[in-house]
Amino acid sequence: MTTNASGFDVARIREDFPILDQMVNGKPLVYLDNAATTQKPQVVIDALVNYYTSDNSNVHRGVHTLSQRATEDFDIGRSKARQFLNAGSDQEIIFVKGTTDGINLVAQSYARPNLGEGDDIIISTMEHHSNIIPWQVLCQEKGAHLRVIPISDAGELLIDEYEKLLTPRTKLVAITHVSNVLGTVNPIEQIVEIAHNRGVPVLVDGAQAVPHMAVDVQKLGCDFYVFSGHKIYGPTGIGVLYGKSELLEAMPPYQLGSEMIKSVTFEHTIYNDLPFKFEPGTPHIAGVIGMGAAIDYLNGIGMDRIDAYEHDLLEYGMECLSGIDGVQLIGTAPGKSSVMSFVMDSAHPHDIGTILDTEGVAVRTGHHCAQPLMHRFGVPATARASLSFYNTKDEIDLLVKAIDRVIEVFS
Amino acid sequence: MPGLNDLYQEILLEHNSKPRNFRKLEEANRSADGYNPLCGDQIQLYLKVEDDKIIDVGFQGTGCAISRASASMLTQSVKGQSVERAQEIFDAFHTMLTEPDAELDYDTLDDLECLAGVSEFPTRIKCAVLAWHTLLAALDGKSEGVTTE
Repeated sequence: MTTNASGFDVARIREDFPILDQMVNGKPLVYLDNAATTQKPQVVIDALVNYYTSDNSNVHRGVHTLSQRATEDFDIGRSKARQFLNAGSDQEIIFVKGTTDGINLVAQSYARPNLGEGDDIIISTMEHHSNIIPWQVLCQEKGAHLRVIPISDAGELLIDEYEKLLTPRTKLVAITHVSNVLGTVNPIEQIVEIAHNRGVPVLVDGAQAVPHMAVDVQKLGCDFYVFSGHKIYGPTGIGVLYGKSELLEAMPPYQLGSEMIKSVTFEHTIYNDLPFKFEPGTPHIAGVIGMGAAIDYLNGIGMDRIDAYEHDLLEYGMECLSGIDGVQLIGTAPGKSSVMSFVMDSAHPHDIGTILDTEGVAVRTGHHCAQPLMHRFGVPATARASLSFYNTKDEIDLLVKAIDRVIEVFS
Repeated sequence: MPGLNDLYQEILLEHNSKPRNFRKLEEANRSADGYNPLCGDQIQLYLKVEDDKIIDVGFQGTGCAISRASASMLTQSVKGQSVERAQEIFDAFHTMLTEPDAELDYDTLDDLECLAGVSEFPTRIKCAVLAWHTLLAALDGKSEGVTTE
């Protein structure tokens, strides 16, 4: 745990995360469940505490000092999120509860009015349930079809098959940027270009991408991009939907209430401008401020440095795990991101998870909310170790040692 | 923290690798499905019941070592027993896993006692009891799926 060649001081970074310094079942905690949620640096915890200690007030309503402070910090949070995604303007940043909420917003406000009987929505085999079910239910209701892009055994999208699925009836492509199970990084720019050539908009589920790489929505060209704050070291309950303003302008509100209005009489309501049209009620102010602190923290390290460090760590991890007899990696696409899913000949993923936990190693086991993908690989579940820039090669070694323990118990 | 050896006892591992009565019972007159969707544990339990007696029992499905061993041991312990006795075994087993301070009925539990260690792993109790709740559903003639999550 020393500074490596690129000057990435992991030991120093780990000090920013108080939760990491603890024993679990008598062993030092090795937290490898970062794809489920990331731990919070002290600056994020402090931002939440400071907000509630000193500035708590409602936003965009009061003329008093606390409300002005809260409003200012809240609005700055939106600008930080805009810069983080390199969106064109703050009004293209809609605060939502998280990725699931953002996808549902687009399903209800964009897709519902645009989808008719016999139309198509395209998703892929590697989607999380939250990027399947909103489209599936909408398609069922409208008599439309959900088309699914197949993947290779390594876990890569079959782009030729994707092109074949696009027809004049395709109304939307909804695709994940990075698979939460396989770690595959999908070629979003190419996917968007192919769709746009046929006039089809694209929604990107960015939940597993934004923690690991610099994302530029203008470069990607996508029409919607969604992510969750808690996966970028911020609080739960807050996330971002980016949408191109011309699309957002034309969409009806998702939910109705205060804040999203300009004027109300009992006969008529005039909706507010973007982004407020999509943010009824008192927003998650502390969440926005906490997520802003997390974005500052990530920028302080630099997303490109995070990407490089994690890539090196992943390469080491994949090499270690692929060298263990009886361990099979699921998801081996080149250039993949920080996720290592595996199954073992001798033990079911839940038994793996329990034994790893007794060694202090936290991984996720189960279907990872991607049951169709489990079916694709013919497994009921996998064990998944997912990495962050605060993980180390020493921790990978502890994971390997814990897997050896599984083999020992089940030998 | 209880040791792994309390959980993965040899007898449990043996039942996991060689489950007893692991087959579809063609002559079954009662059956039920158990499914823990978060885990992916899935079981189909088949019973042949005559005159309130469990003549034969079989199971199929996929799951972790604990759910599989528990199902295997269930088939051994209820085969040939009356429906009433099967309920007593269920009660003793359930008490063992969910009421750590209760006195154990060793006579009724017999080999099932080797699953007592599961009670120290709260996230895994649902694995151990899945087959047993599926058994009750089959005896009650309930057709809808059972879950213990």
